[in-house]
Amino acid sequence: MGNLLSIITFIPLVAAAILALFLRGNDEASARNAKWLALIATIATFAVSLALLFGFDPKNTGFQFVEEHAWILGFHYKVGVDGLSVLFVLLTTALMPLTIAACWGVEMRVKEYMIAFLVLESLMLGVFVALDMVLFYLFFEAGLIPMFLIIGIWGGKRRIYASFKFFLYTFLGSVLMLVAMVVMYRDAGTTDIPTLLTHQFSAGPLNLFGWQIAGGLQTMLFLAFFASFAVKMPMWPFHTWLPDAHVEAPTAGSVVLAAILLKMGGYGFLRFSLPMFPVASHILTPLVLWMSAIAIVYTSLVALVQEDMKKLIAYSSVAHMGFVTMGIFAMNQQGLDGAMFQMISHGFVSGALFLSVGVIYDRMHTRDIAAYGGLVNRMPVYALIFMFFTMANVGLPGTSGFVGEFLTLMGTFQVNTWVAAVATSGVIFSASYALYLYRRVVFGALVKDSLKAITDMDLRERLIFAPLVAMTLLLGIYPSLVTDIVGPSVTALISHVDTAVAGAAAQTQAAKN
Amino acid sequence: MISGDFNLVLPEVIIALYAMAALMFGVYTGKDLVAAKINTATALVFVAVAVWIGFGPGGAHTAFGGLFINDAFARFAKVTVLLSGAAVLLVGQEYMVKRDMLRFEYPVLVALSVVGMMIMVSAGDLMALYMGLELQSLALYVLASFRRDNEKSTEAGMKYFVLGALSSGLLLYGASLTYGFAGTTLFSGIIQTVHAGQMSMGLLFGLVFLISGMAFKVSAVPFHMWTPDVYEGSPTPVTAFFATAPKVAAMAMIARVVVGAFGTAPGDWGQIIALLSVASMYLGAVAAIGQKDIKRLMAYSSISHMGFAMMGLAAGTAGGIKAMLIYMAIYVTMNVGTFAFILSMEKDGQPVTEIAALKMYSKRAPLKALALLVLMFSLAGVPPMLGFFGKFYVLQAAVDANMTWLAILGAVASVIGAFYYLRIVFYMYFGEDAEGVDAGGMGAVAWTFLMVSAVVMVLGIVNMFGVEALAQAAAVALVH
Repeated sequence: MGNLLSIITFIPLVAAAILALFLRGNDEASARNAKWLALIATIATFAVSLALLFGFDPKNTGFQFVEEHAWILGFHYKVGVDGLSVLFVLLTTALMPLTIAACWGVEMRVKEYMIAFLVLESLMLGVFVALDMVLFYLFFEAGLIPMFLIIGIWGGKRRIYASFKFFLYTFLGSVLMLVAMVVMYRDAGTTDIPTLLTHQFSAGPLNLFGWQIAGGLQTMLFLAFFASFAVKMPMWPFHTWLPDAHVEAPTAGSVVLAAILLKMGGYGFLRFSLPMFPVASHILTPLVLWMSAIAIVYTSLVALVQEDMKKLIAYSSVAHMGFVTMGIFAMNQQGLDGAMFQMISHGFVSGALFLSVGVIYDRMHTRDIAAYGGLVNRMPVYALIFMFFTMANVGLPGTSGFVGEFLTLMGTFQVNTWVAAVATSGVIFSASYALYLYRRVVFGALVKDSLKAITDMDLRERLIFAPLVAMTLLLGIYPSLVTDIVGPSVTALISHVDTAVAGAAAQTQAAKN
Repeated sequence: MISGDFNLVLPEVIIALYAMAALMFGVYTGKDLVAAKINTATALVFVAVAVWIGFGPGGAHTAFGGLFINDAFARFAKVTVLLSGAAVLLVGQEYMVKRDMLRFEYPVLVALSVVGMMIMVSAGDLMALYMGLELQSLALYVLASFRRDNEKSTEAGMKYFVLGALSSGLLLYGASLTYGFAGTTLFSGIIQTVHAGQMSMGLLFGLVFLISGMAFKVSAVPFHMWTPDVYEGSPTPVTAFFATAPKVAAMAMIARVVVGAFGTAPGDWGQIIALLSVASMYLGAVAAIGQKDIKRLMAYSSISHMGFAMMGLAAGTAGGIKAMLIYMAIYVTMNVGTFAFILSMEKDGQPVTEIAALKMYSKRAPLKALALLVLMFSLAGVPPMLGFFGKFYVLQAAVDANMTWLAILGAVASVIGAFYYLRIVFYMYFGEDAEGVDAGGMGAVAWTFLMVSAVVMVLGIVNMFGVEALAQAAAVALVH
């Protein structure tokens, strides 16, 4: 199984090609076939990716399942996974069948919709397995195309504004990363990520138009990568594209966006920024920590006043991603473990929340909070499931949301007490906006005429939510599932960063003497 | 020796003789009745000569005392020019036949301008260069006003001619200054003067005027004013030709002059080219946003693309020249496909060029819309399309030559430019249902070119069919 990763990555793409080339007709039968083929392909991908999980050796902190071929223009096609990326691969493959199942009710251009999602899955998987910088960039950027089309074609009223904003905003961040990659290529002479991880980029002071830049080249490269990942994450104040994109995207698009695409930013920090520019990361840690703390508090407050359910959850996503960046830049075991955990957990929880909104949107075709109220009377199962994920979003102990927030806060507390203190207040805000939303939508008397005939979740919807509930509970009760796999790689990453920072400090000291 | 010299220019001689023969044949036989046959035959001759040059003997040779250089660089440019010329002739034939526009002079003029281009890229001397350039330009002026009965076409030809004459004047003035201060018009002689450290003020002025004159031909800002009007006014097949072969030839000619005559250390000309490059990228990107006509849009798009190609040139290294050549090859392939589509845009049999007419085109013709989508993303430089690799390569060349600022500016310009390519995708996919371009109206030839071009943009990232190696050889031949 030397090419397991390539198989996993390209199954969806092959399925998309089959759909595009061989499925003819625009009638109901062909739409049904398209849905089933997409569902089978994503389930098959998930099944094959389980082999990855069972074959993965957590104690080995190097790259596993590595595969390499020569490629055009002197680059290499090289893929592999380590403890930091393997879980993202599984998160993606696990969520995609649910996403496909969630858009079963789509009627417009079903075949194209399925193709877009299958292509998107391949590209997302490619981001997490790529071990060549150019290959990484290729997958990272190419994912914009299907998402642009998904928002633009199947989105809501302001879909055109949202899709253009999404595309151009993220594209601008990424091209700066591209220039940084070119500079790194010149500096290190290779685009191979494992080699770059051991390459030391110069951190000596740099004079730029009379400005002394501490950390020199590393800082410049770090900022260029930061432009891309901070937009993708998204971090405050680069988050403004996200609420628009989320609100206008169709349900399945929102799920993929929140659950997987946002994680690319966090993964990028772990794969590139931290290990490749350790000195710059060290210098800029206070900035990132405070940005995260502001993001947590500010976006939580913004979420509190939203009238649109999806927008509220979108802002809550930004707040939760604040915990992730905070944990990453705490740069200790708890912080990084917590950040990884938070990302995996947020994948399930935010995906489930957007699906919950989708359930009632499919019935009522509105996302206005004011249009609902008293749903518990007609939809008890829905009320229960929505309650469960609201609590997971708040971070109730016993759900996966708690572990991530707790670990990141603990990690940050050791580094910067004030940031941790401010961020902790965000936990309270998140409880307020989540419970406030829940009360307005689910509780109270059912007075609105339009809601009198609303039906509870059907079997398909329950089946979609079942695995999400199971995973959220399982991770909440037994977090070692994640930390055992992530832990050794995180430890190795931290020791690598510490060595590099200590080395740079010693050099500065020696230069002073 | 003379016979050896003629052997080297045999491809040019053959095409020139063919053009004469075709003209005679046309005049004395069926005139416009045989135009389609001549058109096809010309394309076939182009392809045959391209194959001959491409698979012919290698090495670098000069003829006529250095006036004419035949090296890997010239061959790369010639093959690109010939193949794109052939493609444009084939793609445009149907359009012209349908509208009763195909005169037998059309392929003859194209053939003559291609001869001019081949001489331009092979020139080893300012006089030879000027001869090639004028042969090319004169044929192009006529082509621009090919529809005599159409106001816009006549205007386009007139505008192109007047401004082109001005630029030729600038070029000649630069050439005479260069001759005056270097004492020779041979590139090999000029570079000796430069290398001897005698880069006098006069020579520098000569260089600036030379570059100005040549920048006009690649429509680099600030010498771009003619481009949108000429692109819009000319018959669409001619526009397709303008956007492809002459751009390659002119870009290769600039590289030949600046590197071959003024040295590989781009201290003197690197900054000028870099400035032209930045101005072209930004003006092309910003000005295209407001365009409603797809031909004008493609004009600004080509201005912007020339800026990117010049980024590789500004680096002045072998890597930079290689990046520029690869960029041009990819650019031409994309443009042939895009123009194959534009040529087929019609409503009730009448050609349309408004972008808004593409509203919801994807519903009427999903496959063609998809192909155009691929080309648009490729033009925008979004991975995984091949266009991205062209951009990556010129960015790399700029960074390697310590011009990181240029790379950053270029990267940002590509984001601005992405907007108007996305706008076409928006019309095709996102809009409301509306009457617009017919789903049919595309002949088999144009359809094939559109599809091949789109497929190359996708599959090209797996294998570039040896273009890299050829570009490498070409770049090394130019930059010793």
